[in-house]
Amino acid sequence: MRRGLAILALACATLGGALAHATVLVPSLVNDAAIRGEAFPAKLSEFGFFKDGARQLPQDFVYPYALNTPLWSDGAEKLRFIYLPDGTQLTADGEGLLQFPVGSAIIKTFAFGEGSERRLIETRVLLHRANGWVALPYRWNAEQTEATLALAGGRVDLVTPAGEAISYAIPNKNQCKTCHSNANRTVPIGPKARNLSVKWLGGMLKEGKLDRIPPGAATMPVWAARKPKDAAEPLARAYLDVNCAHCHQPGGGASNSGLDLRWEQRDPHAYGIGKRPVAAGRGAGEYDFSIVAGHPDESILLYRLNSAEPGIAMPELGKASVDREGVAVVRRWIAEMK
Amino acid sequence: MNRIAFAAALLAGAAASPLAAETHRVAAGEGAGARLQEALILAAPGDVIELGEGRFTLTDGLSLDVDGVTVRGAGMDKSVLDFTTQQGAGEGLLVTSDNVTLRDFGVENPKGDGIKSKGADNIVYSGIRVEWTGGPKETNGAYGIYPVESTGVLVTNSKVSGASDAGIYVGQSRDITVSENIVTYNVAGIEIENSRNALVTNNIASKNTGGLLVFDLPGLPVMGGGNVILRENILKDNDTPNFAPKGNIVASVRRGTGVLVMANDGVLIEENAFENNPTAHIMVVAYLQPFDDPRYNPYARNVIIGPNAFGRGGDDPQLDGKEALLAAFGGALPPVLWDGIKEDDDTGLRIAEGVSGWTLNLSKPGQSIAEAQPGPLELTPLESWEFPKVGAPAALEARLK
Repeated sequence: MRRGLAILALACATLGGALAHATVLVPSLVNDAAIRGEAFPAKLSEFGFFKDGARQLPQDFVYPYALNTPLWSDGAEKLRFIYLPDGTQLTADGEGLLQFPVGSAIIKTFAFGEGSERRLIETRVLLHRANGWVALPYRWNAEQTEATLALAGGRVDLVTPAGEAISYAIPNKNQCKTCHSNANRTVPIGPKARNLSVKWLGGMLKEGKLDRIPPGAATMPVWAARKPKDAAEPLARAYLDVNCAHCHQPGGGASNSGLDLRWEQRDPHAYGIGKRPVAAGRGAGEYDFSIVAGHPDESILLYRLNSAEPGIAMPELGKASVDREGVAVVRRWIAEMK
Repeated sequence: MNRIAFAAALLAGAAASPLAAETHRVAAGEGAGARLQEALILAAPGDVIELGEGRFTLTDGLSLDVDGVTVRGAGMDKSVLDFTTQQGAGEGLLVTSDNVTLRDFGVENPKGDGIKSKGADNIVYSGIRVEWTGGPKETNGAYGIYPVESTGVLVTNSKVSGASDAGIYVGQSRDITVSENIVTYNVAGIEIENSRNALVTNNIASKNTGGLLVFDLPGLPVMGGGNVILRENILKDNDTPNFAPKGNIVASVRRGTGVLVMANDGVLIEENAFENNPTAHIMVVAYLQPFDDPRYNPYARNVIIGPNAFGRGGDDPQLDGKEALLAAFGGALPPVLWDGIKEDDDTGLRIAEGVSGWTLNLSKPGQSIAEAQPGPLELTPLESWEFPKVGAPAALEARLK
């Protein structure tokens, strides 16, 4: 019903002529049926997440957010949004993942280039349907007017902010699940209370979009604000949690390695110190252990992070070049270990 | 017909017809990668994905996450997934769903592993070829056929060549049959690791560094490997120098090993034919390295070597003190090498009548090899033994009929 009203309101506004491109204050135009249905919508615009897709201007009830320490993806700029249907809210679950109501969605757009040169490459959506989360990738067209479902993924040649020409991989639908899967369930990864700012959480709380700010919120360091003298350990552990632990944890895609890189893991052997590789193959390089305290250049973990070669490089997906800054922080952490 | 009966008849009809499995044909050629991946995503449970004849050139790894799907090619040399120009992903094909059947296609030159199935119960690999076509190289991927964390695994009639770790590797799994495969020029031909109830039978392992490995390693989510039978395999000419990247456990395998058992609870080795494995036809050892995992048992327990055909071997061992050892044993080492280490109250190693060997006479795991006191193996032969029946559920084999 509300959607019908909304369309009517939009129609009236359009009739106004001069108002055609003005912001129209109407209830959300997000297409709840597309989120909750069984189908895989062919176009991103069918969801109605954006008032203006090219400018990534979100629709009402679509909330932008940022992570303290983000996943690095060849230096892509990421625009993140959460959609919560009117009358629903997020529920805190300790410092961990916020709990999302059925009908909500998480939207992440990957872009390269600055200012007017910015090009949207892909938008990934996670839809919370009655029987669980569904992950779908959408690829933007050259005109930046629409993004189309790319079930089988794809490749785009581009130049990273670091100036490297790469073949950027848009993941296929299954690869979405490779990272977003735990114990065979598809789950969001990013929006954990510990990796969100107090300011954002407070804003959501004030709007009634979050039930409370839990203890342990906002405890992960803000990667972009780090300074050379900051302690390396929290930065490195946050980086490894965000970039690696979705697979490297019990129930994750790399559970059989026994390596557990979650932020909360306190057993040094579990997060790699003195741990021998299991199925690393040539990813092990010439080295015997994931981490050798004090010796970053003898540590498999750093060797793989520092490689862009398929079969050696970690993470296996979403990376075609090396994150020099991430490598530098992890290197300093291992070097300073006693 | 009363209304209830009518409704029942309707329901029965509904259940029988629209759920029929569909066959989706994917041809080789332009855009094959995207078409194949899309078919794998859109398949419904029970569907068959049929690969046409020819080469499928792939730049990215493939994945399957739908239960009960069969992926079938026209033959291991006819439908070839060519990953020579692969740019991403850790394996050629990743399967994460249950009751999947993979048969009659080839996989060439994947950058990482060949086909990995993880948490994929009741999986069948039949008539699959995984090959690194440049021969044995350290830069080849680690595993060819790689089921892990699964219950119910059948790998049969397949070929793997060139893996820089194991050709066929079954890890952290249960109820396994590996039969009638040919594994050549891998570091390890077949490896059963941290797994239980495995039957490895009628395989040919040749020109690997080591033929068949049965390992149990510490620090993993699933440990306690055991109940493994190696029966009626041919282990011949496993003399390829070890080309595994250092750091991997298989990098420690000596060139010229037929069968290597490390740790484990219950391994039966019988009716195999061994020929020209220059270090040892059979080696049984405790876990060698230091570990800090209270759940882990480093001993090789209840290992039985029954009757086997032992041909020439042990005549060019990759062992320190080789010359002295060869001289002491009259030019060739006997077929079985044991480190002599057994857990209190356990039998350690037992042998059938006629099995000869030598022992390092060590007493505890991790003990330095410098303390070895090599001598002939002097064990009282067994007259008979009991061993559990092991292997994949019969339904997996039946699926191939």
